[in-house]
Amino acid sequence: MIELQQLCRSFQIGDQCVHALDHIDLKIESGAYLSVMGPSGSGKSTLLNMLGLLDTPSSGEYLLNQTATSPLSEEPRATLRREHIGFVFQSYHLIPRLTARENIELPLILAGMPPKQRRPLLDKVMTRLALSDRAAHAPKQLSGGQRQRVAIGRAIVMKPQLLLADEPTGNLDSTSGREVIELLEELNDEGITLLVVTHDQNIGERARRELKMIDGRIASDSAGNAVATRTDV
Amino acid sequence: MPSLPVPTSEPMRSADLIAFNLKLIERQRLRSAMLLAAIAISVMAINLLTGIGEGGKQFVLAEFNLLGKNVLIMLPGKRETTGGIPPLTGETTRDLTLRDAEAIARLGNVSAVAPLIAGKMEISHDKLSREAFTIGSNRAFFDIRQLDVAQGKALPQLPLEQSQAVCVIGSKLRKELFGTKPALGQWLRAADSRFRVIGILKDKGQGLGFDMNEAIIVPVASAQALFNQAGLFRVFIELRSLDGLQKSQQRILALLKERHEGKEDVTIITQDSLLWAFENILNTLTLAVAGIAGISMLVAGLLIMNVSLIAVSQRTPEIGLLKALGCPARTVALIFLSEASIMALSGALLGILMSELLLYLARELYPTIPFTTPLWAQLGSALIATVTALLFAAIPARKAANMAPVDALLDKKAGQA
Ligand SMILES: Nc1ncnc2c1ncn2[C@@H]1O[C@H](COP(=O)(O)OP(=O)(O)OP(=O)(O)O)[C@@H](O)[C@H]1O
Ligand SMILES: [Mg+2]
Repeated sequence: MIELQQLCRSFQIGDQCVHALDHIDLKIESGAYLSVMGPSGSGKSTLLNMLGLLDTPSSGEYLLNQTATSPLSEEPRATLRREHIGFVFQSYHLIPRLTARENIELPLILAGMPPKQRRPLLDKVMTRLALSDRAAHAPKQLSGGQRQRVAIGRAIVMKPQLLLADEPTGNLDSTSGREVIELLEELNDEGITLLVVTHDQNIGERARRELKMIDGRIASDSAGNAVATRTDV
Repeated sequence: MPSLPVPTSEPMRSADLIAFNLKLIERQRLRSAMLLAAIAISVMAINLLTGIGEGGKQFVLAEFNLLGKNVLIMLPGKRETTGGIPPLTGETTRDLTLRDAEAIARLGNVSAVAPLIAGKMEISHDKLSREAFTIGSNRAFFDIRQLDVAQGKALPQLPLEQSQAVCVIGSKLRKELFGTKPALGQWLRAADSRFRVIGILKDKGQGLGFDMNEAIIVPVASAQALFNQAGLFRVFIELRSLDGLQKSQQRILALLKERHEGKEDVTIITQDSLLWAFENILNTLTLAVAGIAGISMLVAGLLIMNVSLIAVSQRTPEIGLLKALGCPARTVALIFLSEASIMALSGALLGILMSELLLYLARELYPTIPFTTPLWAQLGSALIATVTALLFAAIPARKAANMAPVDALLDKKAGQA
């Protein structure tokens, strides 16, 4: 489903060049469950943003379902994000003036879906995430765990194939953190490809495949063969 | 494994766009109120000033339509008529006399002449008394000014020099002096003279600044005695046809020059010259309107731009989120532009309502002047406000639309840690 080929992303800071991603080769199958760990500044978020089409590579290629994404302009990339990729962030990124339900509804609205079609989809997600009785609450009236559940609801309402979570439990206590991870794993069981960036060893070990990053490179991959297939295109 | 065809993207529905923006506007009440006020004031300025200008123009047009195109007004004294409104009052170099009026009446193209003396006088009947606008004129005055009598008759046909103790009064004056009692045949007193009421005018609005409903009209010779003044205030001259207007005007001037020892010391006003002069004033007014409106629009526009720029940087993470959710650049731009248009349109509506209210009050205060803003000015001002808002919001909207998704989301400037 996903294939990175010799992908680099570097940032120019003054006259210094930081290689946040340094010749990455990576293949991810549909339905996989990966965790990405590594020290701060090792390039985990940069990798996630790259996979989410939020960022563009400095060199190399990113194939999404055999389609090269680097020739695409922002417009089709936005459409790909909308239709196929869901994001969950550490700091939730909810819009404070919208209610929980409206936050989840936002992707459907941006996709131009008529209200009649939105309602059943929304109702399903709200029930699925046990948020129905919080529908009319503003984000600031919700607990951290509830906010992250709203963010997850927003990420999956468009039924994406790929769910990218950047430290989704980073702001949560261990109980609600575990609840969130369990929710993400349930979604993965239903077929969604899941990639979780985390600092938490316990959470990282739950994944079927673990990546460890150091200095913009994948230092270890529990499915070692993924790195070996770099030469065939 | 399903492949990923790039689906065609539907634009955001306008109802959703409006709802989204309204929540934003509601959330930033103070900011929105300020913007709304700036737009409303500039739109109000346009509508108010156009309404006043248009009202004034209609007022003058109505006045002169009453008079008729073929009527000339002659006043004593020579004035430059180029630029500015011709003087309606002023000091006299040499009196216009009844004999002058008679001489004019004998000219070929002149069908009627009405001399005029006017002033305020204390008029009384029994114990009631009123200061009334007193006009000395003749029978022709009634035809030229299109005055109809409701009861009795108009002034009789008399030689100009002959006085007679009769008068015709306006309906309001009749009511004030006689109440419900009959007025016809009764005597009124003005200074040392007495006049018998022979006619009562039909209700009629103001004319050239006098309210005919409050007026009393007596023969011109009687008024001369009453005011102890020989010189005429004006002479209305009605021409047989419009064809020779220019030539007749010159012949009248030549005649007066000859009669006044070679001095051209009268001014003739035509409907055209007055309208033209008024047009001049209107044009100046229009320029002032354009200036004021332009400045206030500019202020509103700059305010919109400033506020939108601040909003773009405050809402950068939100813009990033929208992009992460797959919102295309033009939808991001549309969100900002539509917010500006919503503000502009509601501001314009508010401004139009405010100007309508003020013009309504003006009509209540001055019922004779038809203060109304024409539809084109209302639509035009709303259009100008919207275009200004869009122009000034375009820069921030572009800025927001062109942000790289990841930078916006993390709220970092590109190339910076
Ligand atoms: N927009 C940017 N501009 C400049 N440098 C950047 C930018 N984004 C990331 N970097 C740099 O790239 C490197 C990798 O950053 P990244 O955010 O991917 O690290 P991370 O592994 O997510 O770290 P953390 O665990 O702290 O979140 C860092 O050295 C960082 O300073
Ligand atoms: Mg990170």
